[in-house]
Amino acid sequence: MKIMDHVELYKSEDYKELFENKKQFECPYSEEEVKKIEEYTKTEEYKEKNFARKALTINPAKACQPLGALLCALGFKDTLPFVQGSQGCVAYFRSHLSRHFKEPVPAVSTSMTEDAAVFGGLSNMIEGLENAYALYKPKMFAISTTCMTEVIGDDLNAFIKKAKQQGVIPKGIPTPYANTPSFTGSHINGYDVMLRGILNYMTTGLKASQTERINIIPGFDTYSGNYREIKRLLRLMDVPYILLADISDSLDAPNYGDYEMYSGGTPLGDVVDSINSTATVALQKYSTIKTGELIKEVWRQPFVNVPYPVGIKNTDLFLDVISQLSGKPIPDEIIEERGRVVDAMIDSYAYIHGKRFALIGDPDLLLGLISFILELGGIPVHIVCTNGDEDFEKEAYALLKTEPLFGSEGKVYIKKDMWHLRSLLFTEPVDLLIGNSYCKALWKDTGIPLIRVGFPIFDRHHMHRYPIIGYAGALNLLTLMVNTVLDELDRQTKDSPSFDVIR
Amino acid sequence: MPRIIEQDTEKLIEEVLEIYPEKTRKERRKHLISNDPECTTSTCQLKSNVKSRPGVMTSRGCAYAGSKGVVWGPIKDMVHISHGPVGCGQYSWWSRRNYYNGITGINAFGTMHITSDFQENDIVFGGDKKLEQLCREIKEMFPLAKGISIQCECPVGLIGDDIESVARKMTKELGIPVIPVRCEGFRGISQSLGHHIANDSIRDWVLGKVKGILDKETPYDVLILGDYNIGGEAWASRKILEEMGLRVIAQIPGDCTLNELTNMPRPKLILVHCYRSTNYIARYLEENYGIPWMEYNFFGPTKIYESMRKIAKRFDEKIMEQTEKVIEKYKPIMDEVIEKYRPRLEGKKVMLYVGGLRPRHIVGAYEDLGMTVIATGYEFGHRDDYERTYPEMPKNSLIYDDPSHYELEVFAEKLKPDLVGSGIKEKYVYHKMGVPFRQMHSWDYSGPYHGFDGFPVFARDMDMAVNNPSWKLIRRKAK
Repeated sequence: MKIMDHVELYKSEDYKELFENKKQFECPYSEEEVKKIEEYTKTEEYKEKNFARKALTINPAKACQPLGALLCALGFKDTLPFVQGSQGCVAYFRSHLSRHFKEPVPAVSTSMTEDAAVFGGLSNMIEGLENAYALYKPKMFAISTTCMTEVIGDDLNAFIKKAKQQGVIPKGIPTPYANTPSFTGSHINGYDVMLRGILNYMTTGLKASQTERINIIPGFDTYSGNYREIKRLLRLMDVPYILLADISDSLDAPNYGDYEMYSGGTPLGDVVDSINSTATVALQKYSTIKTGELIKEVWRQPFVNVPYPVGIKNTDLFLDVISQLSGKPIPDEIIEERGRVVDAMIDSYAYIHGKRFALIGDPDLLLGLISFILELGGIPVHIVCTNGDEDFEKEAYALLKTEPLFGSEGKVYIKKDMWHLRSLLFTEPVDLLIGNSYCKALWKDTGIPLIRVGFPIFDRHHMHRYPIIGYAGALNLLTLMVNTVLDELDRQTKDSPSFDVIR
Repeated sequence: MPRIIEQDTEKLIEEVLEIYPEKTRKERRKHLISNDPECTTSTCQLKSNVKSRPGVMTSRGCAYAGSKGVVWGPIKDMVHISHGPVGCGQYSWWSRRNYYNGITGINAFGTMHITSDFQENDIVFGGDKKLEQLCREIKEMFPLAKGISIQCECPVGLIGDDIESVARKMTKELGIPVIPVRCEGFRGISQSLGHHIANDSIRDWVLGKVKGILDKETPYDVLILGDYNIGGEAWASRKILEEMGLRVIAQIPGDCTLNELTNMPRPKLILVHCYRSTNYIARYLEENYGIPWMEYNFFGPTKIYESMRKIAKRFDEKIMEQTEKVIEKYKPIMDEVIEKYRPRLEGKKVMLYVGGLRPRHIVGAYEDLGMTVIATGYEFGHRDDYERTYPEMPKNSLIYDDPSHYELEVFAEKLKPDLVGSGIKEKYVYHKMGVPFRQMHSWDYSGPYHGFDGFPVFARDMDMAVNNPSWKLIRRKAK
């Protein structure tokens, strides 16, 4: 028995006829008209109008602050992300993260509705904490907000205090909080303020006493493989560390046949102790600004921002910094690994050299990718960053200048979206596109092969389990890039003599 | 089918509630019952459509999700603005599998995220000016858009913007309907109010206001209402209706155009698929245009035959005869599907937790495969949904309303279902527990599941979930 699902069914004659017949009720534009507009959207003239948009955002590559706060909260052991605000938001965050990680995402809201809009959300907060504590027994609540809460101006600090006074949750339970309005910044800022909130809360009043550990802050990073890679490298170097907001086991947990709600995360004791570490190294810059201020100004601890360690040079830099801070040499095993990856890059460069790239994503990721593409002789052409600011723009141009041969064509577009990018891809085509799953719409329209890197990746499985940072990550990215090129080459040559088996 | 199951549901309910603080325990008690299929009095009914308790990890969404995500979003030739901050539109972007034919970004806009991306300034000074400008830019970017809807997010209602004025002004200026929808997420207690608000906005801003085209009327004109065409399933239903000799003059809202919306007052009969999300407009059409409506269920052959005959009866001999011919045509295929899959699924226990119509509508399809639904419930059902559910479910089965994450887990542990059908937020919890699972909102990226074309896919997928060998690889960790 042959079973046809949606993939084949709607291509069958029955359905083709059904679709054709349905048109009489649809009142559609004529095919010529549609074709005309379709072609028009590919023109320079359309691009100009597109770039003149002031109010309209189309297919942006950014999410809102509370999502970032949630991701950060999930990186702490026994911690329940607790959102003061509308319940729909939390339903969305949980779905969005689950679709990317293919993992359960526990989080609660205080289900604020119209009455809370009028009277404030105090009673929601109190009942919410009481219920959540009874049901889910967290050892920490990481509290963030939604835009509703921010617009009506709930006083989180006072509310939490009141809840503790009323005894609905134990007085001693940590309740760090962050204001995360969706109408400022993006998910990367939400991550930042939640992390700052947690670190600040857990270390307030503590005095720093030096330990040998190094704190690592990954930044808003949705590759569970990256967290494991950081830990692997530090273990190989024998460097004691505290990986803050470690989501690797909470969002990539082993299957043992039962569900454990708090399956991973940075132990809370380590969070408290993080104030005592030798230094903090942040692997992203734009998602750690506020946290960095806390560490520098309040903790008085050295805070080192390294570029997101994508590619060889950035990984070298990361390891050098760790080596300097810890006094530990980089072991042979890592040096050999580097050698193998460089060897692989040299074996593959021919397929990347001179290839023109369009990139869209978060600022730190883009800087990492630009650096790696330049190492391979690729040409970054369109660099679109919906949530990028002027600092990022400057930094990206400075990076492009370091390799004039390959970087001089690159143009950086901050606060622009995928619809802007669509125009760019039609008016100045490139060979490869790097971005998240939503970029598949651009692939469909332009035919430019898409390399899925970033967040979210919904339509390919397990990519987040493979690191893109470190030397191992460079090899993964290289493999992904070169094989995308080769797949495309096969498609292009399949009806020609150039259809080679050895490449 | 076992119409009575051996299961001490009452005891189970008491056990699951033990953990709650008293106030919440009392409240939650009213939302859980052991089913009595003959239930007619309030004592055997559960309570529904009330606020979720704060902090309990509900699966419910919001009014915006109900309007933009469910009712308006699939209207394909209009641009739907997620009006407010960036998040809501981002998380509901291209996620519901409302299939449509058309060229996205040119004459169809369903899988796009169009937003006003509110910034602090818009909150402080109001977003109306920006909204006007935005509508103009939509017209410029998407000249073939037939209309615009403004889907409000939380802040819009809180800062007191007058989007209705903007809508009226822009309708005039742009020459296409611009429709304001007050579906701010804080309104109501779930997606449900969003459906209602969306229905009302169709009533107030489309019907009688937007001129449509329908070349003629026939005695066999029907309208599919409340089918979201998830995985293309409205097409599978449409195919059956057309084979029966009926003319589907509009398919709302899955793969629907604005013109089809204007056809709403024109059919002889309205066929309601998702009663929960569209009964409001169906009742309005009945009261104001005298058009009758009826519910139907195209999940699984038993219910399909039953519904087809029920629909045919509303027409003439010719349709009734034709309907029997269609049943005759498909019955051997359906029997073959059952013959193949029933032996592999016979006696398996299913636990459902979904929304809309599914907690009751898909029960029959499972039963066709020899499976028993031992527990079911709604995210945002009302009393009338549950009244339609009791008779469909076996005696002593468990029925829950808006259960928390915690309750569902405990129920699954104690009831040991062989298959759970729920949503993305639940899916991976059950994977971790080693319980076969299918998403029954999105058909887990498969489908269609209704109609004659859908049932084989449904059977294949349920078998795949229950009998995949990978479940057997799970090894418990030594404690």
